[in-house]
Amino acid sequence: MASQTHTLPLLPYAYDALEPVISKQIMELHHQKHHQTYINNLNAALSAQASATASNDVPTLIALQQKLRFNGGGHINHSLFWKNLTPPGTPGNDLGGAPTLRQAIVSRWGSQEAFFKAFGAELLGLQGSGWGWLVSKGGPKGRLEIITTKDQDPVNGPDVPVFGVDMWEHAYYLQYLNNKADYVEGIWKIINWAEAEKRYTAGVENPLKL
Amino acid sequence: MAALLSNSARVALRSGASATSKAGAAGLTFARGKATLPDLSYDYGALEPSISGKIMEIHHKNHHNTYVTSYNNTLEQLQEAQAKGDIAAQIALKPAVNFHGGGHLNHSLFWENLAPKSAGGGEPPSGALSKAIDTTYGGFGEFQSKMNAALASIQGSGWAWLVKDKQTGQIGIRTYANQDPVVGQFEPLLGIDAWEHAYYLQYQNRKVEYFSAIWDVINWKTVEKRFA
Repeated sequence: MASQTHTLPLLPYAYDALEPVISKQIMELHHQKHHQTYINNLNAALSAQASATASNDVPTLIALQQKLRFNGGGHINHSLFWKNLTPPGTPGNDLGGAPTLRQAIVSRWGSQEAFFKAFGAELLGLQGSGWGWLVSKGGPKGRLEIITTKDQDPVNGPDVPVFGVDMWEHAYYLQYLNNKADYVEGIWKIINWAEAEKRYTAGVENPLKL
Repeated sequence: MAALLSNSARVALRSGASATSKAGAAGLTFARGKATLPDLSYDYGALEPSISGKIMEIHHKNHHNTYVTSYNNTLEQLQEAQAKGDIAAQIALKPAVNFHGGGHLNHSLFWENLAPKSAGGGEPPSGALSKAIDTTYGGFGEFQSKMNAALASIQGSGWAWLVKDKQTGQIGIRTYANQDPVVGQFEPLLGIDAWEHAYYLQYQNRKVEYFSAIWDVINWKTVEKRFA
């Protein structure tokens, strides 16, 4: 049985560093409570899976798949999300620092503004909990697409999640209440374009590597 | 007494609804063919401490109202598509009808199956429904535990319902994703909203506390009527 368990990754910035776009209170709860719960449940599911594998208990293995998908997805998605955000006004937040990605966005959507608009519309059209993603199809430097995934479904490989935006209500509700359009508009001030450029050009390593 | 104090927003909603409103199917109200936001039969603060007044106000005036508005917009587009005989457009509108129409239905049923303690909220079921719960679950407490477990198991946004199976007349617990309404084989008896907006301002990530507190404001009289 695996002795290693997944642990909560540290944020690359302080809890209040994304203000005024995302409040300190939201970041604390989101990281310390929500993300931690996905990790706890993932570790429990993995441990149950190890036991079921050892005893060749196939029905239990099958029953565990959705728990793994949901909680493993939650851990992957949040781990990617924290890294693709950066405090407003920092160098990483400058789209000019992501020349390859910027070029690809402009050639796909005509302009940055048209892309922001299309991405925002996709986020606001989500029915229920889920995520909005910019993905590079098939691997790094692929065709760019805006997709949404429901609940905690992760982006499926080989597509590369260039960046993701959490559209669960817990990601914005304490600050924006039902005005999710304001959250979506503000998110551009904290997207980490340097990280997005890296993912677009070189892909993403397993974000949960133990 | 708090229950006697009329909330000004509620009064405004009432006068705004005017005499053109009439009760439609499933208790929904319509004015000139449009769905309208139903009035609550209690004040926003009346479900405290189980559900805060602020949550109730935003949930009713903003969230529910957005479903009503979006449903009416969808309906307009649907009528246009029907007038043109555009079948593809009618099919494409199906998810929007389900989501916004479902949101309107679910919330309308939800408000009615809640009540302040002073109006009988939390008083356990009686009669035939109580018997059905005992037979099916072995007791009211066991039923509540099962319902709470169903609520806690929802992955994402959704609802848990006590339903009646139209084929067998038996009751059961079912969960529904997002705003999927209880239709078809099952009839909705009691719904509990497990979207984060239903509890987050008060309970944050401690949703289990919300699921346990809501029993104090369940209006079993309404549930009994739906079951009968």
